Amino acid sequence: MALPAYYTAKDKIWHYAFRVICFAIFFFLLAPILIMIPLSFNAQPYFTFTREMLTLNPDGYSLRWYQDFLGSDSWMRSIRNSFGIGIAATLLSTSLGTLAALGLSRSEMPAKALIMGVLISPMIVPLIISAAGMFFFFSSINIAQTYLGVVLAHAALGTPFVVITVTATLVGFDHSLTRAAANLGASPTRTFFKITMPLILPGVISGALFAFITSFDEIVVVLFVAGVEQRTIPREMWSGIREDISPTILAVATILVMVSVALLTVVELLRRRGERMRGLSPQ
Amino acid sequence: MSQADATLTAPPPARREKLVTADGTPLRRALERANRRRKLTALALVAPLLAFILIFFAFPIAQMMWRSVDNPQIVNALPRTLQALETWDGQGIPDEPVFAALHADMLEDLDRPRREQAIGPLGIRLNYELSAARSAISRTSRDVPNFEAPFSDAFTDAHRLWGQPELWRIIKREGRPLTASYYVAALDREYDEAGNIVQRDENRRIYVSLFGRTLALSLAITFMTFALGFPIAYFLANLPMRYANLLMIAVLLPFWTSLLVRTSAWIVLLQQQGVINELLVNIGLISDGNRLNMIYNQTGTIIAMTHILLPFMVLPLYSVMRTIPVTYTRAAKSLGATPWTAFRRVYFPQTLPGIGAGGVLVFIISIGYYITPALVGGQSGRMISNEIARHIQQSLNWGLAAALGTMLLVGVLVLYWLYNRLVGADSLKLG
Repeated sequence: MALPAYYTAKDKIWHYAFRVICFAIFFFLLAPILIMIPLSFNAQPYFTFTREMLTLNPDGYSLRWYQDFLGSDSWMRSIRNSFGIGIAATLLSTSLGTLAALGLSRSEMPAKALIMGVLISPMIVPLIISAAGMFFFFSSINIAQTYLGVVLAHAALGTPFVVITVTATLVGFDHSLTRAAANLGASPTRTFFKITMPLILPGVISGALFAFITSFDEIVVVLFVAGVEQRTIPREMWSGIREDISPTILAVATILVMVSVALLTVVELLRRRGERMRGLSPQ
Repeated sequence: MSQADATLTAPPPARREKLVTADGTPLRRALERANRRRKLTALALVAPLLAFILIFFAFPIAQMMWRSVDNPQIVNALPRTLQALETWDGQGIPDEPVFAALHADMLEDLDRPRREQAIGPLGIRLNYELSAARSAISRTSRDVPNFEAPFSDAFTDAHRLWGQPELWRIIKREGRPLTASYYVAALDREYDEAGNIVQRDENRRIYVSLFGRTLALSLAITFMTFALGFPIAYFLANLPMRYANLLMIAVLLPFWTSLLVRTSAWIVLLQQQGVINELLVNIGLISDGNRLNMIYNQTGTIIAMTHILLPFMVLPLYSVMRTIPVTYTRAAKSLGATPWTAFRRVYFPQTLPGIGAGGVLVFIISIGYYITPALVGGQSGRMISNEIARHIQQSLNWGLAAALGTMLLVGVLVLYWLYNRLVGADSLKLG
């Protein structure tokens, strides 16, 4: 990108200064996350680069924090819990959320704004308030400190994302397709699985991913509703940070960054596919 | 041609009978029925989720808010005493009949099965208003079976608190099924001897200033995200799509990275033995003894939360800026505006919806934030959420926690309503 010929010296300085500022901000965004990756291979129990690390001496690096992580029963249990709770909550919120989005995007839906407001409220209410409310309610019906309680709580927190993404996908949906299917003799269920579902699938999947990451990353509700048995990865990190902070946290963080890179890629691919299919992509 | 048109558009021969469907029902009724059925189908699709959210989300929150005014403890435990207190004028110690009623109430309570005893909750409830009230209640209730008339002496001998008018005033004032006292406490007020609501002593005021600090920190964070978010959103919006999508990863990766990971990253960077301090000491900018305190205080909260919430500012700004045509600024410049004037008068006003959306979003999120202030905020970076959590988990004053939570929730809902007016909830973009 060459600069326009009419740029004065001041314009040029501003042009480059602006770029420097922007890249400094990008650095601010990325550096904290990326800096943990090399530090997680530190041979010493410090949160800073040792002399050996800076001189690239192999002795300065080790996998001990990863061994620590993999050899720890509580961390392994937290992985099982995070995935188990996340998947169960995602299945629940995705199925309920997709159904609701189908209903909400029908033109004859009464009281749409009000119902939408209620359905996305879990996204707006501060987590501490949701967590406190659920803590009291779940204790009173004896599902606090059970897997069921955490799954129900996380499903409630994840549904707004499913509702929003699937509703957005349905905006561009051509309803004459379902009418055509019905006209050709397909039952509503068959129409749904053969016509509607394949078309809205990208929206459903990205909604499900949002619901999963919401549960996977959720900590406030877990702090209030989960017991020791239901501790998830963020909960384990929370006590790691509060009680004895060791570079094991950094090893876990590095693995989680990899997970988020994978998720980001999937969502991005889905978004591009969706745009291509609806002809929205500018390229 | 025109003749054919004329026959087509000519009004049909007037018919008096109603339009009917094939099976003979009037068309209007058939249509109404079909519409009703479609409406019911739509409702039936939404119903499961609506029921789920109402039961497991809305109801628990409503129930929690109810706790902020719910006040059954004294009414349950001391019905006779409250009746006897009705004639008491609030001055001095009540007369003997009141103590006799108190004795009867406590005796009856001791006969109940342990789970139904109302004395325990009574002590806890009174303790919120007057410390030491709980021990007064529990110590007295053990001795109550041995008490003999005159009961006023027996009670005051058992614990000095029974001889203090303050306790009796509290019992009389709070002997109602609903109370405002949690809100009074949440606003740093208290009742004086005459029952008026007055401000607390300077050193016992906590919550108003904490709300103020939460607002100030949220404003600072919102401003920081704007100051950092605006340039990069502008930069991204004016890049060709290919580069913009690539650089967008720098915004989206933090967005998708676990909150705990990002918070611990800042601990690693900012702590006394952390990366930044080590670097500064090693290059000789600061001495080993003067390491910077960048974490476990307000600075830590602001830095970490700005980083965490920056994507929420950049994404709406970016989507607004993408839609602003370049030609407007060019036109302004060709009409003689300097680049700065063109930016200020033409470009910037068009970004205001994005700034409003991002700003309100960041503000709403940060005002109720709990995790990051709890981990990196130390004492001075605490926010109202941390105080709510403390009252639920440690001090167990659930009524006060509910009152603080209700105030926070109402504030957030008002802001959200504003956000909705500004941009519409439908435009909430994800990712």
